[in-house]
Amino acid sequence: MQTRQRWLSVLANSPPNALQTLLAPWRQRTEAPVWLRRAETGLVMLQGRAGGTGARFNLAEISVTRASCRIGEQTGHGWVRGSNAEHAELIAVADALLQDPRHQAELLTQLVAPLQGALDERRARDARQAAASKVEFFTMVRGE
Amino acid sequence: MYVAVKGGEQAIARSWDLLAASRRGDPRLLELELAQIREQMRLAVARVMLEGSLYDENLAALALKQAAGDAVEAIFLLRAFRTTLPRLATSLPLDTGAMRVRRRISGTFKDVPGGQILGPTADYTQRLLDFSLAQSGAEADCAEDHDPLPHPLPNVLDTLAREGLIEAETIPVGDPEPPDLTRSPLMFPASRPARLQNLARADEGWLLGLAYATQRGYAESHPFAGEIRMGEVGVSVCPPELGFEIDIGAITLTECQMINQFAGSKTAPPQFTRGYGLSFGEAERKAMAMALVDRSLRAEELGEDQLAPTQQQEFVLYHSDNVEASGFVQHLKLPHYVDFQAELALIRTLRQQAADLSQQETRHD
Repeated sequence: MQTRQRWLSVLANSPPNALQTLLAPWRQRTEAPVWLRRAETGLVMLQGRAGGTGARFNLAEISVTRASCRIGEQTGHGWVRGSNAEHAELIAVADALLQDPRHQAELLTQLVAPLQGALDERRARDARQAAASKVEFFTMVRGE
Repeated sequence: MYVAVKGGEQAIARSWDLLAASRRGDPRLLELELAQIREQMRLAVARVMLEGSLYDENLAALALKQAAGDAVEAIFLLRAFRTTLPRLATSLPLDTGAMRVRRRISGTFKDVPGGQILGPTADYTQRLLDFSLAQSGAEADCAEDHDPLPHPLPNVLDTLAREGLIEAETIPVGDPEPPDLTRSPLMFPASRPARLQNLARADEGWLLGLAYATQRGYAESHPFAGEIRMGEVGVSVCPPELGFEIDIGAITLTECQMINQFAGSKTAPPQFTRGYGLSFGEAERKAMAMALVDRSLRAEELGEDQLAPTQQQEFVLYHSDNVEASGFVQHLKLPHYVDFQAELALIRTLRQQAADLSQQETRHD
C-alpha cells in the first residue's frame, strides 16, 4: 500500500480526539490551513456483491464527511465515514502536513505510528477475544 | 380517495406538545442520551440504519429517540433525512472476505478452516430474564486467547466451490453497474442486484415471515446455513481529487451464505445453489431471512415451479418496504369525507331500493 494511502486509512480509523491531541503541536508551529472545502457531509452508496464475490448490488448509503485544505505548497484531503466535521478537517490538515518533506519523517513517527499502534492493538484485542470464543462441537454418536 | 382540508393549526401544534411530553415520559427521570442508545440499543440502531438505508449510528439513535423506540417510524425519519444529503460517491464493493471477524459459524460443517467462533451471541443463553440487569451491572471481563483469530478468515463455501459442488459466484462480464432503487423505480422482472437492494431495505418482520414460509414448504429451497460471519469491514472510495482508493473507516456487517438444494441440467451436473444475505451491525436474523428469500426468488432462473407467493417477485418486492406500507395503511386516517359520503349515499339508495322491492313483492303475494 502506498504511504499516503496508508496514513489516510490510519487517520480515518483513529478516534478524532487522539488525532487532535497528537496533531496539536504541529498546528501551533505551522501555517494555518487555507480551506479549499470546509467539512461537508454527504452520502456514499455502499455496494456489496451477491454471494460476497458475484455481481455488484447497492446495499444502502453511509454518511461521509470530507474536507480539503492547503498548507503552504501542499493540498490535504480528508474523507471519513460519519458526520464528524472536525475529524474530516483534522485528516485534511494532517494529510497536507504529511506531504511536506520538512515534516513528513517526524509526523510519520510521532503522529501516524502511535495511531497505527493503537489501532493494531484494538484490532488484535478484538481478534484475541473472538478467538477465545472458538468452539469445538462434538457430534454425539446415536445409541443403537 | 382523500380530500384536502384546511385549518386545525392550533390543535396540531398542541398535538406536537402532547407528543413531546409523551416521548419524554416522567420528567423526573434522566433523559436518554444518544450515545446510550447507540451503545446499548445497538440492534435497534442496526435495524433502523439498514431499513432506513443509511449507515450512521448517531442519526439512527436520534431517530429512535424521536420516534420513542418505534423502529418503523425511526426508519421513516432516517429515509426522509437521507434525501437532504448530496451523494458524494459510490463505494468500492465491500470485501466481506477481508472482514475482521468477531463471529463466524457454520451449520454445515463441524470443522471449518479457522474454526467456529461464537462471538457475542444470544444463541446459547436460556432466554431467562436477567434481573441483575435491572440494576447497573459490572463490566463484563472478556477472556482473550493468546493468538488472535487469523485474518483474513477463509470462507466456508470456498471448499465446496473448489470442488465445483456449489454454483460459482463470479463477477459477470464487465462488472455492470447495478440498478439503484433510490433513483429508478423497481421494474419487473427484477434482476438479482435489484432484488438484493430491495431485500436489504425490506422490513425485517415481512422478510422473516416469508423466510419462515419458505422453510414450511412455500418454496423449494431446502436451506443450510453454510456460513454466517459478523465483524468489521473497511469502506473504500476513490475520490476524484485523489485518484486512488482510500479507506474511510470500518462498519459492522453480518453476512449469511445459505446453501440450498441442487439444480442441474442436461449440460451441468447437479450443484448446490446459493442464497445471500447482508445486513448492518449484528442483524443476523435479518441476514438469514434475506438469504432465504433471495433463494426463493431465484426460482425462475433455476427453472423451479413458481407456485408459492415467496417465489413471486412482485408479491415479495412490492410489499417489502415498511415506509411505503406504513404510509399506505396509515393514510386511511386522512380525511376520506367526500368519498365516504358518496358511499353512504349509495348504500342508503341500495337499502331503499331493496326495501321498495320487498314491499312490492309482499303486495303481489
